[in-house]
Amino acid sequence: MENTAVIFANRNFKLKSVNAKKFALWLFIVSICMLFAGLTSAYIVKKSDGRWLEFDMPDMFLYSTLVLVLSSVAMHWTYLKAKDNSLKAVKIGITATAAIAIAFFYMQYLSWVKLVAQDVFLVGNPSGSFVYIFSGLHLAHLIGGLVFLLVVFLDTMNYKVHSKSMLAIEMCTTYWHFLGGLWIYLYLFLVMNN
Amino acid sequence: MSITDIQVTDELVHGDDHHEEHHEQSFIFKYIFSTDHKTIAKQFLITGIFWAILGGGLSVIFRLQLGFPDMDMGFLQPFLGDWISNSGKLDPEFYLAMITMHGTIMVFFVLTAGLSGTFSNYLIPLQLGARDMASGFMNLLSYWFFFLSSVIMFISMFLSTGPASGGWTIYPPLSALPQAMSGSGMGMTLWLVSMVFFIASTLLGGINYITTVINLRTEGMTFRRMPLTIWAFFITAVLGLLSFPVLVACVLLLVFDRSFGTSFYLSEIFIGGEALPNLGGSPILFQHLFWFLGHPEVYIVILPALGITSEVISTNSRKPIFGYTAMIGSILAIAFLSFIVWAHHMFITGMNPFLGSIFMFLTLIIAIPSAVKAFNYITTLWKGNLVFTPAMLFSIGLVSFFISGGLTGLFLGNAAIDINLHDTYFVVAHFHLVMGSAAFFGLLAGVYHWFPKMFGRMMDEKLGYIHFWLTFVGVYLVFFPLHYIGIAGFPRRYYSFTNFDAFSSFVDLNSFVTVAAIITFGAQFIFLFNFFYNIFKGKKAPLNPWNSNTLEWTTPRIPEHGNWPGEIPKVYRWPYDYSKPGAKDDFIPQTVPYHQTKESNTDFENEESKKEQPAT
Ligand code: HEM
Ligand SMILES: [Cu+2]
Repeated sequence: MENTAVIFANRNFKLKSVNAKKFALWLFIVSICMLFAGLTSAYIVKKSDGRWLEFDMPDMFLYSTLVLVLSSVAMHWTYLKAKDNSLKAVKIGITATAAIAIAFFYMQYLSWVKLVAQDVFLVGNPSGSFVYIFSGLHLAHLIGGLVFLLVVFLDTMNYKVHSKSMLAIEMCTTYWHFLGGLWIYLYLFLVMNN
Repeated sequence: MSITDIQVTDELVHGDDHHEEHHEQSFIFKYIFSTDHKTIAKQFLITGIFWAILGGGLSVIFRLQLGFPDMDMGFLQPFLGDWISNSGKLDPEFYLAMITMHGTIMVFFVLTAGLSGTFSNYLIPLQLGARDMASGFMNLLSYWFFFLSSVIMFISMFLSTGPASGGWTIYPPLSALPQAMSGSGMGMTLWLVSMVFFIASTLLGGINYITTVINLRTEGMTFRRMPLTIWAFFITAVLGLLSFPVLVACVLLLVFDRSFGTSFYLSEIFIGGEALPNLGGSPILFQHLFWFLGHPEVYIVILPALGITSEVISTNSRKPIFGYTAMIGSILAIAFLSFIVWAHHMFITGMNPFLGSIFMFLTLIIAIPSAVKAFNYITTLWKGNLVFTPAMLFSIGLVSFFISGGLTGLFLGNAAIDINLHDTYFVVAHFHLVMGSAAFFGLLAGVYHWFPKMFGRMMDEKLGYIHFWLTFVGVYLVFFPLHYIGIAGFPRRYYSFTNFDAFSSFVDLNSFVTVAAIITFGAQFIFLFNFFYNIFKGKKAPLNPWNSNTLEWTTPRIPEHGNWPGEIPKVYRWPYDYSKPGAKDDFIPQTVPYHQTKESNTDFENEESKKEQPAT
């Protein structure tokens, strides 16, 4: 059903139009941006309120950030390979991206352990709680990204991803880069405000 | 036909999956898990009506308490059980639960989901010339998330500890501490869960509406030719997309405070002499986050109603809408401003007076685009050949409420005056007129106007008139006196005011309001009868009963999935060519090309007509 309306539109409609699914993805991204904009503003408002615990962000967050950047590189490589129709490379690429992402999960967990070692807990001064909420919520969105990767992987197995059928992998790449960018924003925000 | 048509194209382009959906649809897929925007719209409408009856019924009960505090409510025991004491008194905590549920139901379930959900779904594809929404599946999800959210909220009303009771704005610490009041326990938890699904539903719907408006307009349907209904739904969806995620943020932190012991909104609280461990939080933070959604939300409620009104008033005045561009401009201005005025709900939270004056200034600026809209409605009506259909009456009623409620907004927007009026019945009167009643009238106008398209039959006009007059007069009788009670200082959300001598002179007025409320509520059953009876028994509707210009009236009496049996119509002009000088009819549908209307074209339009390909 979904595609039919789109197809009709493309046939009947001469004005320039973006692919509806891609557009919907961008709108989804906008809504995630607003979610985190809301949270980070809450952080600033709360901080200006005083009674704010200061602490150093564990270095582990820096390493995990680099790892996440690496996964974006892998994702992009995968995307380019799909354009070249090298499906085998695409499968490897997706697996690598997912594997690096799982490493990122683990490193975020290690960062939390470091935080706890610094006596910064989820339950306590909001300055610490915010770090857990930001990173946790980002991970929750990353799970969505992993599911998306899995879908694209299955599509690839069924030969549905190739240079003439790029929509799924393109959208997946967009979302993945967005999640990377989102974390970099959150990380820099936390480092600069703490 | 359209169905096979769709299938062929689908095969050509994809040649893969998507077979099942196109075969003869079973009952379940046609009426329950349908992806047809028209069916989904009706589902939203019926669910909204259900909630409206419930929300209205609650208000009658608590109005009884306010109007007749000594009354024996024993007769309600069969419905409310233990919430009525053996001496026939309403439980005070349940009073709070009822006003909370009333607010939540009306703001979110009736006037957001019931209004946007119904008319955005119904009209966007039909008025734009699309076969359906961009994603029928997302649309289906949107409805069923709403349904799930409804079920959860409904269940919460039957908890022995009662549903959420801290007001529809769920301010912490009241809502954050289960020990604060019985409604803050399981009832509040279910409220939060229900709202999460509600937000998911709104976002899915909104993403779909925006995508459809951007991508699926038929040929010739430029933005400048879109009916104002669509403009309103479009901007409403954008507002929702930008503001509801902030409510997620707000609610998420509340959930963590409630369930995991964090202190985002809590600090230095003593309950029963015991100090809670929470330190460092701030309940004001919650208000900032909440009203960042909350204020846009009130415009999410009213904009679709205003869009419907524009369409109905123009059609039934047989005149083009006055100031089409100004109308779009004011929608955009309202949308933009609605994000930077939220703190006018927080003047008395101890905010810096300088900050307060900035928010005051921004708030008062909103009066300008609002006034532009009111002015344009009146000038559209001015010297029109008015056709008083029920929909038209309800639209005019909306304009009246929007003006009289908007005026009191100007008072409230002044921080110095608001310090006195905040949290009194004056605020209650303000928002029930400008938002509650106005948006409700928009909803009713929409139902009366598009009923013939939705169900292929006509509603009864006489019953419509009776319904209108009872409701219109009733609303003023209910809400106007509340201004006085509010100016006298009576706070909202109080179970009883008989303990305060200062208010004893208002007893009669309060009884009067209650009687008026019961009559107004009763009048809605006329509508319900008119609605449900005529779905089955109404006179068959002609194709274009109101002689309207927009595309939905070019579909068959009962459009199938796909909306138009043949090609989608093309659009050649804006939707407001009513009573055009020189034209032979007093309306020219959007599908009529300029080269067929030489007699009424302007010079510019004659130029345009040369560019038109001859219609085939
Ligand atoms: C001229 C334009 C308006 C101005 C200046 C204005 C101003 C205000 C102010 C200052 C308050 C806070 C009062 C208080 O709590 O002390 C308020 C409350 C409210 N307004 Fe308006 N308003 C305007 C129009 C509207 C419109 C168009 C709507 C809805 C469609 C609306 C809906 C509400 C609601 C729902 C509340 C109460 C929320 C609550 O506390 O439960 N207002 N308004
Ligand atoms: Cu407001």
